Amino acid sequence: MATRNYLKIDFKDIKTYVNPGRRKFLKRLGGGILIICSVGDFSSLHAEILQSRPMPTDLNVYLRIREDGKVELYTGKIEMGQGVNTSLAQMLAEELDVNLDDVVMIMGDTDLCPWDMGTFGSMTTRFFGPPLRAAGAEARAVLLKLASEKLKVPLERLVVYEGMVQDRENKEIKVSYASLTKGQQIVEKLKDKPPLKKPEDFRIIGKPVFRQDSTLKVTGEALYAGDIRLPGMLSARILRPPAHGAGLLGLDTSALESFGDVVVVNEKDLFAVLHPNPERAHQALSRVKAEWKVPDPEVNDRTIFEYLVNKAGEGSTVDREGDLTTGMNASSEVVEEKYLNAYVAHAPMEPHAATAEFENGKLRIWASTQTPFRLQETAAGLLDLPVESVRVMQNFVGGGFGGKSNNQQALEAARLARITGKPVQLIWTRKEEFFYDTFRPAAVVKIRSGLDNEGRISFWDYKVYAAGERGSRHFYDIPHHQTVAYGEWGGSSGIHPFAVGPWRAPANNTNTFARESHIDMLAHKAGMDPFDFRLKNLKDPKMIRVLEAVGGKFGYRPDRFPSRRGFGMACGIDAGTYVALMAEVEVDQSTGKIKVRRVACAQDMGLVINPQGALIQMEGCIIMGLGYALSEEIRFDGGKIHNQNFDDYEFTKFSWIPEIQPVFIDAPEEPAQGGGEPSIICMGAVIANAVFDAVGSRIFQLPLTPERVLAAMNG
Amino acid sequence: MKKTIQFTFNNKPTTLEVEDNQTLLWVIRTSLNMTGTKYGCGFGHCGSCTVLVDKEPTRTCLTMADFVEGKNVLTIEGLARNGELHPVQKAFVEHDALQCGFCTPGMIVNAIGLLYRNPEPTRQEIIDGMHENLCRCGSYGRILDAIQSASKEMKGGKWL
Ligand code: FES
Ligand code: FES
Repeated sequence: MATRNYLKIDFKDIKTYVNPGRRKFLKRLGGGILIICSVGDFSSLHAEILQSRPMPTDLNVYLRIREDGKVELYTGKIEMGQGVNTSLAQMLAEELDVNLDDVVMIMGDTDLCPWDMGTFGSMTTRFFGPPLRAAGAEARAVLLKLASEKLKVPLERLVVYEGMVQDRENKEIKVSYASLTKGQQIVEKLKDKPPLKKPEDFRIIGKPVFRQDSTLKVTGEALYAGDIRLPGMLSARILRPPAHGAGLLGLDTSALESFGDVVVVNEKDLFAVLHPNPERAHQALSRVKAEWKVPDPEVNDRTIFEYLVNKAGEGSTVDREGDLTTGMNASSEVVEEKYLNAYVAHAPMEPHAATAEFENGKLRIWASTQTPFRLQETAAGLLDLPVESVRVMQNFVGGGFGGKSNNQQALEAARLARITGKPVQLIWTRKEEFFYDTFRPAAVVKIRSGLDNEGRISFWDYKVYAAGERGSRHFYDIPHHQTVAYGEWGGSSGIHPFAVGPWRAPANNTNTFARESHIDMLAHKAGMDPFDFRLKNLKDPKMIRVLEAVGGKFGYRPDRFPSRRGFGMACGIDAGTYVALMAEVEVDQSTGKIKVRRVACAQDMGLVINPQGALIQMEGCIIMGLGYALSEEIRFDGGKIHNQNFDDYEFTKFSWIPEIQPVFIDAPEEPAQGGGEPSIICMGAVIANAVFDAVGSRIFQLPLTPERVLAAMNG
Repeated sequence: MKKTIQFTFNNKPTTLEVEDNQTLLWVIRTSLNMTGTKYGCGFGHCGSCTVLVDKEPTRTCLTMADFVEGKNVLTIEGLARNGELHPVQKAFVEHDALQCGFCTPGMIVNAIGLLYRNPEPTRQEIIDGMHENLCRCGSYGRILDAIQSASKEMKGGKWL
């Protein structure tokens, strides 16, 4: 349900093509056994993933059992901290019955890996997981067949443990995957869905496994795109406008003449200085005098909300049932409110970086990107090259959160490499990072709703402007309701004054803040405890289960409301996962500062592949979510972005972190759902609700800054 | 103006020609080819660029290269001994105290500097000592646990 709707959003701008590198790759295969299969082989996935776009016709999983018994997994997915390099390896090792250490991950290299749309939307486990597991099972079947022939033991008598095939009846009769693979050159295309292991047989899935990449990361060996060093490489600095929409009037580069050995690129839309030493390049650029025409600001961070509502245009109905007027007539109380949230930056610790090399008509790019194949395609288009002449190579990505999908920095580096004929490295400054970020959209939600005499929600009229519809559909038991989404949210066009884009659980942070704040308002109107009120108005058993689970963990006892205990709660659905959070806060009544003491979180994400990874993602969501809830806010006038560095864009620091009480609902029979985003969606509402419980005043705008808290308390 | 500086870099005597307005960060990353020390903000706000200069955690984005003349510079790459990880590095691995890993070198180096000054810090002292190091992935809690357990492991001055 909700899943399907948000997919539509995430996929709309992606085109499909057949990766020509595939044939090359297959040919290049030496010895070993290669298993290939396509997401399209899975008809249920097919329907869900691809309803709004054509199928990728290419193969989506390559898996190769090497002659030394190691298993290589080729995937276009990338690792940016979310831990999929570990969870994917776990799934494969499980189905293939090898040790986790024997899986070698080869990620995001467009020459080697199968086409992939990109790593976002909590989709890796949900949609890539099933075909991957199937490929593992298929590989195991192929190996068992070979073993049966070699050992002259019937198939049904064979068992596999850690890459060793044995005769069940005589353990001395055995053969390893490695020796079975030796001298083979088998390519298998997965046809049907082979049987997957049942949860009760899991040895690796569902067991907590620590990150596989941590040794590289604690020694400084892990390479990120800006860590690539090539002989003769130049570092680039690019002239940037002072505001979005500014036009260049004139350029005075005379100071560069006495500066020495910098390389200058001066094209219509691209002025850059390059030098082997990045600081020389920086100093050179600061000598260039540019005159800009900055358009008069039409809107700023204070007026943006009215602006967005006015610009939003026609809405599209997300969900509707019953009749609002009937619902309204049945109401004894009508509650109407408006919820706002600011633009928020991704601010990954690694700024956008790329290293590009253009040689003999071929382009190689190392980039911090969530979308290597999209980059390959757009770079080819930009430089007018055949797609197969562009190779994007992947390193570790230092945080993405949805913000590293546009690849502007990589395209800039690619152009400069072609123009200068030298390898070029471009690492954005923190200021550029803030300026070109595709912010989480500022947004407005308007809710009109009613209560009957029994404390039931009688109608729900929900309008979200400029954020997107993910998470806008409520899940309460309401007879008459309507949800409408207005206005664009993604891309560079649309109604926002600058580029916006997906930010960890896009739109759902906005929608959950509004919905769950409003549910608390209704509970208050009904004179009920917000926990009891939710339970009374919920029918979905999964939601009831997570809510009760979090209440149990937190030790929640219903009370009068507000109770002055500073307890808050919120629940939601994201990427197929159900979450409910409770928080305890303390509000300094003189300064308005909020201290979040503890957060309990219950999550039902179906089969959990790696409980350790899931826990870390949950903690990460709660800690990152404190930022957008309490302090993160982009300040701007027109196209001028005022935030330039971490001193004027504050997010969670060591001293902010609360005690975290996690609960995972055990549901191994259910398909694995997304875990990298869900628990962040409740952070705005759970804190706003706790603040209301603490001080009896409600704040309708994120972030919940001390000024807003004080203003709310003073009426 | 170029000048020559001499210092100890990751336990090796090093002589280097630097410009006088170059920061230590980019000298380490480019001239010395050690990229574990990261650029995160360039203005001293995030701590990703931290190294130890004579055991003192130092933000290299704010430090001129010639400042280390005659001093001892230790980066993330110089912490392991004979292939064995430093106890703080090990504790980060054992506590899964990282995600994307971009803040990690700065965190580890800063923590070691903290333990030099205060080998048995309380949790609050760790928070205070680490406060200006930022982690967007939200590994803070695990980093605190890692530092606390490393300090126990290092009791008796192991690797200090
Ligand atoms: S890069 Fe030096 S403190 Fe951020
Ligand atoms: S682990 Fe990603 S910033 Fe700390």
